[in-house]
Amino acid sequence: MSNEAISNPLADLLISACSNVFEGDGEVLASGIGLIQRLGASLAMVQNPDLMMTDSEAYVVTEPVPVGERNGYEPKRETWMGFSRIFDNVWSGARHALVGPSQIDQFGQTNISALGDYVKPKVQMLGVRGFPGNSICHANSFFVPAHSKRVFVEGEVDTVCSIGYNPARLPKGYSFDDIDIRQIITDLCVLDFEPGTKKMRIVSLHPGVTVDEVQDNTSFDLVKPDVLAETAMPTEQQLVSISALDPNNLRARAVKPR
Amino acid sequence: MNKLKSMRDAVAQIETGMTVGIGGWGPRRKPMALIRELLRSDVKDLTLVSYGGADVGMLCAAGKVKKLIFAFVSLDFIPLEPYFRKARQNTEIEIMEIDEGLMVLGLRAAAMGAPFIPTAVGLGTDVITRNKDLALVSSPYDDAKEWLAMPALNLDVSLVHVDKADQRGVCQIKGPDHYMDDLFVRAAASTIVTCDELVDTEYFHQNPEESRSVFWERSATTHVVKAEFGAHPSSCNPKYGVDVEHFKHYNASAKEEGGWQKYFDDYVAVGEKDYLEKVGGADAVRALSLPIY
Repeated sequence: MSNEAISNPLADLLISACSNVFEGDGEVLASGIGLIQRLGASLAMVQNPDLMMTDSEAYVVTEPVPVGERNGYEPKRETWMGFSRIFDNVWSGARHALVGPSQIDQFGQTNISALGDYVKPKVQMLGVRGFPGNSICHANSFFVPAHSKRVFVEGEVDTVCSIGYNPARLPKGYSFDDIDIRQIITDLCVLDFEPGTKKMRIVSLHPGVTVDEVQDNTSFDLVKPDVLAETAMPTEQQLVSISALDPNNLRARAVKPR
Repeated sequence: MNKLKSMRDAVAQIETGMTVGIGGWGPRRKPMALIRELLRSDVKDLTLVSYGGADVGMLCAAGKVKKLIFAFVSLDFIPLEPYFRKARQNTEIEIMEIDEGLMVLGLRAAAMGAPFIPTAVGLGTDVITRNKDLALVSSPYDDAKEWLAMPALNLDVSLVHVDKADQRGVCQIKGPDHYMDDLFVRAAASTIVTCDELVDTEYFHQNPEESRSVFWERSATTHVVKAEFGAHPSSCNPKYGVDVEHFKHYNASAKEEGGWQKYFDDYVAVGEKDYLEKVGGADAVRALSLPIY
C-alpha cells in the first residue's frame, strides 16, 4: 500500500502538538531531530517566520524544507550553518531543540547513550551526542512516540545525558531557573513541569486517553491538575501546511496508531 | 615543499599507542582509505578521537583501539554502529564519552596550546560523573558558578580526507561542511591528508572562491596522499554520496559468525585497487547519489 493511501490522524495531532512547544519563541533556531519533531518545528516556523531552521545539513533556510524526496524543490538557503557554527549557536542560547530520548526520568533527565550498566552496557546506543550542551545552554522539549514505563523510568535514567530538575545534580551557583525544559509530547498526552515544584505534570490528554492510562504507563507520580484540557486537534490550515511539509506522507508510518 | 607520500609511507608514521584524531562526521567524508591502510598495519593500542562512524567501528572490530574519546558513533541511516556497539557491550575498549561541543573545545584548546577551556557544557550530567579526570573549576573573576575545565585533546596525528590538494598541502573541501577537520588538523602534531584529486597550485588561482574553501593554511598539513574515492563508503560531497548498500552489507556482517574477518578479507586485505573493483568500480562510486537529510 502506498503512503498516499494511509491517513494517520495521530501523526497529524502529534505534529500539531510538537509545533506548540515553540510557541512564544522569538528568533531562535528550532531544531526538530526526527521526522515528527522536524515536522513540528517546520509547522511552527510556518506559523512564526521569526523562527530559524536548517536544511538538516549545513545551511539556515528561509522556509522549512519539506521532508523526504525533494522532487525538484531547492532549499532556500540564506546562511551557512555547518556543525561548528551550530555549536556557536547552541552556546549562545538562541536555540530550542525538540528531540526523542530513549529514557526520561521524573527530573526530566534523558538518556540516548547506553542502557544498563555504564561499564558493560546491556545496549550501547548513540552516545551523549550534543545533549549535555543543549540542556545547559538553551530550551529543550522531548517527543516520545510510545509512552511507556520503559521510557518514563523509575529513579534516574541509566546514563544522564541532559541536565534536568534534579537537586542532587544541580551545579554550584545554579538554580532550576538556569534549566529550560518546556514540554514533552507523547502519543498519549502533553506533559510539562509545574512551576515552582518542577514536578512533571500532565498538561493535556489526547482524545480518548485517560489520566489513569498515562499514569499507568509512567514509572513515577505525575502532577494531575483537577481540570485537564484535551490536546487540540490540528486546524484545517495546519493540516494543509503539514501536507505541504510532508508531500510524500512519511508521517503516516512514523507513529503507530493506537 | 613536496609533501607527497605513498599511502604506506604515510601510515608508517603512525605508531602503536598514539592518539589519533579522525576527521569527518558519522558516514560523511571519513578518511576510509587511510583507515583501511591502518587496518592492514600492525599498529595497535590507539586512542581515537572522532565524530565516529565506520572508522571507529572498523578499528574496534580489528582490536586496534585501546581508548575511544567520542560523543557518538553512528552511520546516520543505520543509527547504531554495529562493531562499536559490540566493543562497548563486551567491554573491549576504554572510553571517554563527552558532548559533541566539548570535543570542539578540547580540540580548540589543543590547537591554542591552552591546557583547558572552561564551559558550562556537561554540568549536571554523567559526562562529569563517568569521567573522573574531568575537573570542575571556579572563575578567577567575579562569578559564583562552577565550570567544567575541558582539557586539551592533544593529538599525535590527525587523519582527514579532502576533495583536492596540491603537493604543498593546500587542501580544499568543496562540500557543504568541513565539519571539525580544521580543528583536528590544528590539534595534532602531524596530519595526514588524503585527497580525491591532486591539483596544481594554479587551480586555486582561478577565482577567490577556490581559496575560500581552504580551511587551514598548508603549514598545518604534514603529508599528502593521493587517494581517489578515499572517503568511500562514506560520502565526499559533491563528488560522491554515501554507499548505502555497502554500509548495509557491512552492518549485516556484524551479525554473522566471523563476519568481521570475512569483511576484512573481502575489502581490506585485498588492497585499494581491488577494493574499488569490489565495490563496483569508479563509475559506480561517482554515481552514488548525494544524501538528502
